[in-house]
Amino acid sequence: MIFTARHAIGSKVRGEALVAHDGFSARYDLDRIRGTFSRPSHKLAGQSYAGKVLVLDTAKGGVATAWMLHEMASRGIVPLAIVLNSVNPILAQGAAFGNVTLLAGFDGDITAKVPHGATVEIDPASRSLRVL
Amino acid sequence: MLGGELGTAVKSAIEHQVKVGDFFGAADLVPVTQAHIMADTESLGEAGVRWLESLAGARVRVPTITDPRGTDFAKASVLKQPAWAVELERRAVQAFARLGVLMTDTCINYQTIQAPARGESVAFGDTGVVIYANSVCGARSNYEGGPSALAAGLTGRTPRYGFHLEECRRATLRVRVDFEPQTLNDWGALGGVIGRLAGNYWAVPYIEGLEAAPGSDALKHFGAAMASFGSIALFHLAGITPEAAQSGGSELKASHWVSEVDVKALQSAYAGEQEIDVVVFSAPQLSLYELRSLAALCEGRRFRKPLLAVTSPQVKPDADRFGLTRKIEDAGGHVLSGMCFYQSYAREIAEANGWKRLATNSAKLVNILGGYGYVPLLASMERCVEAAEKGRLPG
Repeated sequence: MIFTARHAIGSKVRGEALVAHDGFSARYDLDRIRGTFSRPSHKLAGQSYAGKVLVLDTAKGGVATAWMLHEMASRGIVPLAIVLNSVNPILAQGAAFGNVTLLAGFDGDITAKVPHGATVEIDPASRSLRVL
Repeated sequence: MLGGELGTAVKSAIEHQVKVGDFFGAADLVPVTQAHIMADTESLGEAGVRWLESLAGARVRVPTITDPRGTDFAKASVLKQPAWAVELERRAVQAFARLGVLMTDTCINYQTIQAPARGESVAFGDTGVVIYANSVCGARSNYEGGPSALAAGLTGRTPRYGFHLEECRRATLRVRVDFEPQTLNDWGALGGVIGRLAGNYWAVPYIEGLEAAPGSDALKHFGAAMASFGSIALFHLAGITPEAAQSGGSELKASHWVSEVDVKALQSAYAGEQEIDVVVFSAPQLSLYELRSLAALCEGRRFRKPLLAVTSPQVKPDADRFGLTRKIEDAGGHVLSGMCFYQSYAREIAEANGWKRLATNSAKLVNILGGYGYVPLLASMERCVEAAEKGRLPG
């Protein structure tokens, strides 16, 4: 299965997908010290995000993610890539600043198409997500 | 700039803007008159501060101001913030000052520094600042994260996409409200409900049914919560905000109805506990009028639990002069300046002080703090003050 996005930035990566129809904000949702989703109501609460491809619905919350992706990358506790149905400028700016791969904007709900736990390959050059 | 003639900092700033602009298909860059940077060091970390320090020698080209810092240096010991965090803040302040950034340390710059005019293109950080500037002032800004807002300060421009474009400012959903908010927490909760309904950054709610024109503080809480719950950057209030009539909202089919039941449902989700550990008024920082209301409520009381009221460095001297700070602090509260609670190492100060159950009148704050391990409770300013006095929220 290959899915094509409207927006892409970053490098080609391959990894395990964490999938949920929920939002994403580094400030609101993460314990960045432990590298886990910490918001109790988040569908990925308690799960480790480090080195994973996050496949989520939309960017939420404030502007801090623009700095926080860079900060998380400096400690090596950062998602490998982020894939969203809908992106806001903060995620794009944060991905550009922190060198995190980002794909966004699909025909249909990408969180309903990628199996949780699947190995996926993200190629920003072709704006594609491939389920391996 | 791209050629590096203006220095490496400006070169990397414009390269960053080109990357972001390409991502969103921006045709060009738009000149901005001012920039506002969110840059507390909990977000930057050591890596972000080192990056800021590496820019030494560059200077911003347009007035560039800052969002709240991660501490009030005069009150860091009250908060029991770790020494390393305060030191990191000092380094960040020095690095920004070397770039010519004005350390205003406020998220209510539209109340305290200079509100942008209708049609003015700016590069603002802090979602509450952006939604107020776009919606209430009719200015034009996207959410600009810290690195992007600083890039705009250094280059004097920003990529032209999103809310800099006329077509993105048109209403995309019509919301009918059958509820008149009475308090700031009501306004915040209503904003939160609409933010959830709208759902993403590109949605622009057209809201009708609010009969009386709200004041600036009500719109501040309304917008901040809508941005927080929904990542919304622009709303139109029929008959009230400047672009509502031209937004096309009245031509849309009404798709959502919001009643008191919806607002109370959001509030009741943050009403699970009666006992409290701390009361916080913050997010956004309090205006002089909010501090005036709070000071009046504090008179004659003695708090059993900590009460923190957070304002801007522009408002604090007036609050001191007018005796508002004294009234709050005589009751046992603290007035803090130039920070915001959730941007001030909220997790670390919770552990240091044993704070878990936090009462506030800010819908934005309750939405944020769950991820930091708090049990946030939303109540009116009056009920929060009573909770500080009695140790529990009144029934």
